[in-house]
Amino acid sequence: MTSIYDLPPQEKAKLAVRDLNFYYGGFHALKNINLSLPEKKVTAFIGPSGCGKSTLLRALNRMFELYPEQRAEGQILLDGTNILDKKLDVSLIRAKIGMVFQKPTPFPMSIYDNIAFGVKLFETLSRDAMDERVEWALRKAALWNEVKDKLQQSGSGLSGGQQQRLCIARGIAIKPEVLLLDEPCSALDPISTGKIEELIGELKHDYTVVIVTHNMQQAARCSDYTAYMYLGDLIEFGPTREVFTKPKKKDTEDYITGRFG
Amino acid sequence: MSAAVAFDASRLSHHKRRKLVNQVALALSLAAMAFGVFWLIWILIETVRLGIGGLSLAVFTEMTPPPLAETGGLANAIFGSLTMVGLATLLGTPIGVMAGVYLAEYGKTTWLGRVTQFINDILLSAPSIVIGLFIYSAVVAKMKSFSGIAGVLALALIVIPVVVRTTENMLSLIPNALREAAYALGTPKWKVISAITLKAARAGVITGVLLAVARIAGETAPLLFTALSNQFWTSNLGEPMASLPVTIFKFAMSPYENWQKLAWAGVFIITMGVLALNIIARTMLRNKN
Repeated sequence: MTSIYDLPPQEKAKLAVRDLNFYYGGFHALKNINLSLPEKKVTAFIGPSGCGKSTLLRALNRMFELYPEQRAEGQILLDGTNILDKKLDVSLIRAKIGMVFQKPTPFPMSIYDNIAFGVKLFETLSRDAMDERVEWALRKAALWNEVKDKLQQSGSGLSGGQQQRLCIARGIAIKPEVLLLDEPCSALDPISTGKIEELIGELKHDYTVVIVTHNMQQAARCSDYTAYMYLGDLIEFGPTREVFTKPKKKDTEDYITGRFG
Repeated sequence: MSAAVAFDASRLSHHKRRKLVNQVALALSLAAMAFGVFWLIWILIETVRLGIGGLSLAVFTEMTPPPLAETGGLANAIFGSLTMVGLATLLGTPIGVMAGVYLAEYGKTTWLGRVTQFINDILLSAPSIVIGLFIYSAVVAKMKSFSGIAGVLALALIVIPVVVRTTENMLSLIPNALREAAYALGTPKWKVISAITLKAARAGVITGVLLAVARIAGETAPLLFTALSNQFWTSNLGEPMASLPVTIFKFAMSPYENWQKLAWAGVFIITMGVLALNIIARTMLRNKN
């Protein structure tokens, strides 16, 4: 089957969404979504508010399970394994698929412990190894130089942009394979946004990154692939350059040119 | 001097009226506050004036005296109060915190959660004398003796609903985003609650406990039918035990001058203790925000 949702042959699908339907109680929020997310690339979900892009993202790590009235039907395959399978331990899935949220959410503990917290859930490390891991994660998140002298201070004392990078460091410290970013810059100023975007460009060398964004320039700047969604449907998916320069669908074109949305 | 900016007349009169309304509202709320503070300060002044006279080292070292004795203190009552309040808090806090966690994190939408919440609200507003009488019939009558332990149980029953309510409220204030962030790392639920949400709500929960302690420190009714009182020092929880509120109650109503003086000293000690606890609780909450 060839459809506009298939990846070019040189890409390997890290996550594959198959016939995904999502419901908030009686509301049908995602309709038959089929989509493959390429490995070690950045994929952006764009679309107007309420189109289902965050819903789709939150399905990818089973976040919706915290709310009993929400349910998903269909398959989400991580390297071929259906992670919606109830028999799979959700903790292990979330260790492989990290998530960063719209607002920074530092835990009520020191910067060091914010990073170490997640690592301790899955690994028993010596003190030295833990120190190393914390430094590694903070360096990866481009935060190390700003916090190396105050690792024992509370994470909530950092600026918004630093807190968001702390959350990214916390996410990558447990060595996930996929990173889900849910509008990670919407609460940040332009300079912090720039740093996060730069970071996203770095992260894709090691991780498969999925980002939900309201900001089309951001999607154009930092993603390799873009999915445009509208009212619970996936309208168009393809390499970002193509989606933005010669969209196949009129709806997509109207949205990205600002004629609607 | 000419006006740099010209305003239109109707707008100016509108503005004038708004300022007047503002001043009236401010005056009324200041008056209301002054009314409340007036009584509070009067109570404090009277307590200090009458209490400080009765205060001496003997108050803390000697036992409650017989009527008309030359010496005597409140040592056994102070010890009894500290013991019973302390044990009731130790007993009530974990139960209250755990029930609060259940209500906020597990039972929010369940039938059992809602029923528990409702019953807790009733318990919260139950007159303390009812709780005293309940423990009397459930414990004292069965053991055929007034006892410190009965007093502890009665006080714990007052602590629990207060702690349940504050714990639940404080946990509910924690933004869901923080919970989601913890779950997103693959954290199991018990760990999310114990290491993240309870920790974030810590100051509020401790404040709730301190307010509960302040409340039971001054309770008389639940002790009258349970711990009763004791003229002598005892650390045996199986025996009747003295406490400050009951001793004050007994001494203040007596015609003996030495008892009345000690009653005022006791009032002073309790008031200062409760005041200190309230101040600590409030500072903790402020530091958190």
